Amino acid sequence: MLNIQQVDAYYGDFQALRDVNLEVTEGKIVALLGPNAAGKTTLLSAISGMIPYREGNISFQGQHINAMLPEDIVSLGIALVPEGRRLFGTLTVLENLEMGAYSKHARKNLRKNLDKMFELFPILKERSSQQAGSLSGGEQQMCAIARGLMTEPRLLMIDEMSLGLSPVLVKHMFNMVSEIANTGVTILLVEQQVNHALKVADEAYIMEKGHVVLSGPSAQIANDDYVKKVYLGK
Amino acid sequence: MELIVQVCVSGLLLGGIYALISIGLNLIFGVVRIINFAHGEMVMVAMYLTFWLNYFFGMDPYVATIIVLPVMFLFGVLIQRVIVQPIQSSSANMKIFATVALSLILQNVALIVCKGNFRTVQVPYGMSTFELAGIFISVPRLVAFFAALGSITLLYYFLKYSYTGKALRAIVEDHTIARLMGVKVQRLYLLAFGIGCAFSALGGVLLMPFSSVYPTVGIPFTLIAFIVVVLGGLGSMGGTFLAGLFIGVVEAVGGTYVSPALKEAIYFGIFIIAILIRPQGIFGKGKGSEEVGLK
Ligand SMILES: Nc1ncnc2c1ncn2[C@@H]1O[C@H](COP(=O)(O)OP(=O)(O)OP(=O)(O)O)[C@@H](O)[C@H]1O
Ligand SMILES: [Mg+2]
Repeated sequence: MLNIQQVDAYYGDFQALRDVNLEVTEGKIVALLGPNAAGKTTLLSAISGMIPYREGNISFQGQHINAMLPEDIVSLGIALVPEGRRLFGTLTVLENLEMGAYSKHARKNLRKNLDKMFELFPILKERSSQQAGSLSGGEQQMCAIARGLMTEPRLLMIDEMSLGLSPVLVKHMFNMVSEIANTGVTILLVEQQVNHALKVADEAYIMEKGHVVLSGPSAQIANDDYVKKVYLGK
Repeated sequence: MELIVQVCVSGLLLGGIYALISIGLNLIFGVVRIINFAHGEMVMVAMYLTFWLNYFFGMDPYVATIIVLPVMFLFGVLIQRVIVQPIQSSSANMKIFATVALSLILQNVALIVCKGNFRTVQVPYGMSTFELAGIFISVPRLVAFFAALGSITLLYYFLKYSYTGKALRAIVEDHTIARLMGVKVQRLYLLAFGIGCAFSALGGVLLMPFSSVYPTVGIPFTLIAFIVVVLGGLGSMGGTFLAGLFIGVVEAVGGTYVSPALKEAIYFGIFIIAILIRPQGIFGKGKGSEEVGLK
């Protein structure tokens, strides 16, 4: 579905991605793991079109998207739930969800999708007329994911979903991710919670210093000696 | 006692126009992230257009809005497309140079085309007043106030309830994320610049029945709008409205009891105090001066 080949990306002179190869198969949950500053967010930004200086090949369902703008990439069916949630804080929860449905194709199904989101995250219905900035961390994350789903994605990319959430909430959010995947949405998950991520994911990639150092089925990655030692603390 | 009430009422009425012009600037500030130093020149150009429509065709200034507003909207769109868009990702200094240059060009073109004379339109109601509880109220100023109030209310509902209005507010918050949602930000920048210019143009038209136009008439409006936006808070329409009224009253009171010559010193004093104590705006809870590179 998503095919990334030999991608390099730069911030000015600084090279943040070096020869990255990654493949996301339709219907799967893929985890992208790695330490701080590894380039995970940069890779998601490159996929969604936010980094102008990217080389190599990124294709989605057979279509090259390297040179496309973010506003066009989203209508192909790629949504990003950004690191730090980045909700429109002074807009209400409902307005944030409406913004998710801004693209033509998504706007047609606005009502129907809103109902789905309120079913998936009932708390958002309660909070719908509240300013998004006033939500708790967990509620904000739910709102950000729902906003991403409102774009009607085939591929949903979630960056650091569990950051700053309580352990109970983290567990709940990972269950939600599985539930979303069961509705047929493919998921690319960037996580620091390696343990949880490997449990829900079908495949995993480990990235260090802008480069993919390891990849494979997540069961196999979870049993890898290097991963056990460095990431799972065993 | 009568005098102070009289002065405050005149100030409030004038403040309505200040609010109108400033809200145009605030919209451009918030959405496009550019300080439009040529904002007062939009008022000037609109005043000249109104003057000519009256001079050549005998058109009433209020009727002239049907022509002046669309023309100035398109003028704003053109400025955004031709001048601002190409330098969108350049430094703040570059953008300041560009709009300061635009303001100087417009002033000088006005000077060449229209000469330096003061021009006024003669309308029968220009001087008409009525008395209410001992206070004299100028009819054209009252009309200006309510027209300003009406259009600000209209913009408020547009921003609050329309899909496009919500997208404009989303851009004010985070334009990168707005793009990720599929918002075509460049188009909305054009729209915001157009609306912003149309608002200051409306201010110009409304001023015409009771004041005169000359090439540098716009300069104080840029300054005032700037102060009003900082006081009102970036992105806060309500705050900007109140701040506009406030500055109108300050000008009237200062002009009457201190000295008309000192009114700019008074604005600037308030401006500096505001930045020091509450950079997020005095009247609104919008983002503040730090956002627009003033701090
Ligand atoms: N806007 C930017 N300008 C310059 N350098 C940047 C920018 N964003 C990220 N970088 C640099 O690129 C590298 C990769 O950053 P990135 O944010 O992609 O890492 P990450 O894997 O997402 O890390 P984290 O787990 O902390 O979110 C880092 O060295 C970072 O300092
Ligand atoms: Mg990151």
